[in-house]
Amino acid sequence: MKHKTFFWFILPTFLAMLIFIFLPIISVVLQSVHTPHENVLITVENCDPFGCKKVTSIDHEATKNLNQSKPLGKFVGLDIYFDRGHLAIENLKLIWENSENIFSFVQSLGDLPFYKAVFFTLTFTFTVTPIMLLLGLLIALGVNSISKKLRGIVIFVSLLPMIVTPLIGSIILFWMIDSRGIIGNLIQWLFDDPNLSLKASTTLTWIMLIVYGVWHAIPFSFIVFYAGLQTVPKDQLESAKIDGANKFEEVIYIIIPHLMPLITFVTLMQLMDNFRVFEPIVGFSAEAHATSLSWIIFNDLGGETRQLSAAATSSILTIIGVIILLSPVLLRTWKDFKFKK
Amino acid sequence: MKKTTSNRFSLLIYSFIIIWFFLASFPFFWTFWGSFKVELDFFSISNWYNSVTGKNTLDTYNSQFTGAGYEGAWVQEEFWRSFVNSGIVCFFVVLTSLTIGTLGAYALSRSNYKYTFWLLITALIFRAMPPITLVAGYLPPFFEWNIWGILPTTIIVLVSINQPFTLWMLHSFFQNIPKELDESAKVDGCSQFQAFRHVIIPVMWPGVITTGLFSFLLAYNDFAVTAMLLSDENRTMIPKIAAFLGTTYTEGNVMFAVAAVVSATVPLFILVMFFQKKIVSGLTQGAVKG
Repeated sequence: MKHKTFFWFILPTFLAMLIFIFLPIISVVLQSVHTPHENVLITVENCDPFGCKKVTSIDHEATKNLNQSKPLGKFVGLDIYFDRGHLAIENLKLIWENSENIFSFVQSLGDLPFYKAVFFTLTFTFTVTPIMLLLGLLIALGVNSISKKLRGIVIFVSLLPMIVTPLIGSIILFWMIDSRGIIGNLIQWLFDDPNLSLKASTTLTWIMLIVYGVWHAIPFSFIVFYAGLQTVPKDQLESAKIDGANKFEEVIYIIIPHLMPLITFVTLMQLMDNFRVFEPIVGFSAEAHATSLSWIIFNDLGGETRQLSAAATSSILTIIGVIILLSPVLLRTWKDFKFKK
Repeated sequence: MKKTTSNRFSLLIYSFIIIWFFLASFPFFWTFWGSFKVELDFFSISNWYNSVTGKNTLDTYNSQFTGAGYEGAWVQEEFWRSFVNSGIVCFFVVLTSLTIGTLGAYALSRSNYKYTFWLLITALIFRAMPPITLVAGYLPPFFEWNIWGILPTTIIVLVSINQPFTLWMLHSFFQNIPKELDESAKVDGCSQFQAFRHVIIPVMWPGVITTGLFSFLLAYNDFAVTAMLLSDENRTMIPKIAAFLGTTYTEGNVMFAVAAVVSATVPLFILVMFFQKKIVSGLTQGAVKG
């Protein structure tokens, strides 16, 4: 295709991404190194019959001028990155000096809001992903061996946990897990403890969120693997059977190697999706026990005091995290492209 | 001997699938059933069986089922407004995404220059970024120009955020269409755009519809962006439900929230029912192409 034709075809989508993705990123970077101006204070001496008093007040005129001449605010460099709400370098040093071993260091690190969110985000990402891969594969294998008539309805039902809005899915489960809900009731009965509440403990909250994450993600791996299973070469399976391989060996030596590209694909997509975990924390009202990077940004942006600089800094740190997570894929795509040429 | 082990094996498989079937469907069924009860039945302290029989609902309304939650949500709390807003947002997001997405993806699939690669890789990075990370960049200019809180702004933002995904998906669909098709159209005297419009798009319909479904889902399910960019009266369903959670718990109207949640899930059910095959093919499309 000629450059000129290409240009006109790509222009609308290019402009959309330039204006609403690229420029906002620049703006976020700029905001993350600025803070709002402090009010300009002015001290005037007021004299009345009872004597003179110095009064400090806000100079509205000067503040307004300052805000107009430098709308971004005061340049502070990387200060916000290093403050207590983010990387907390100072606190980090203190904790490092005061902790006896690496465990107590990590434990005190979890008290700092940013690290707390990083811990949860990473734990969530790296537990949900392997579990959903395994269960998705098992379900795909199972569905592949049941009667063809039943498969349609099973696939229909399987799609639901994934298609449903994440916020709604988590709210639905949250209501059931509530101590007055059916699962909450069941758990209390199983452990014979009428006061047991999943919401009260940090560990249980984390487990609850991870269980939700797996429930929500299984359909994706199931569907992709199920489609992959339809393409497993029949002759290989048959020759394996003749050689006396049992079902388990078939899966390990033939099916899994055949599905490997799909497994990589699902893993990468899931790492990306789970890294942005956010809605379940809102749906489960779990913010007291678990926060994620996205949640921190949302929390800073919302409310009466929109803390844009803080949110912008968390955003940049999150984007850096995503890029690190994604670097293997980027390298692979680059190699593919060079190979294709 | 051989027969019994294989029987036992298939029994194991069937029970495993039944368990998954139950786990995937029961929460929806339970909440749907419970949405026609009163709160004392939906959240039952004394006996969970109350939510099946609707004991307290029977006491209050003389019937095992009540639409009180729905009436409260749709009429009293004006959930219908959010429903309409969601409809408007989804319609325009899908329409715009597909229009500019097909044009762009077509160009990307028919060009082999280096910038094609860089555009695609940039789109991939954009796609991986959580949308919430961009919101801090939107707010100052939107407030400045007084376009915060209205539907058109949100629609354009959602379209742009979804573009990377749309481009990748359509790109992989377009690559399945042989280039000879547009070549022969051009030999017959079509311009590139005419070839695209009259030859490629008719062949592409299945791909376009599948991508449209996913654009719809992205717009419909979005919470982070719509919650931040829409004012209270322009809220779509999902942020509205999140707002319900805050207010209704204190006012004792949890059943309003339950009814709203069920109402927002119904369109998705219908969607899956009609487009199951398309959704499955869309999910596997990216995978097959890697």
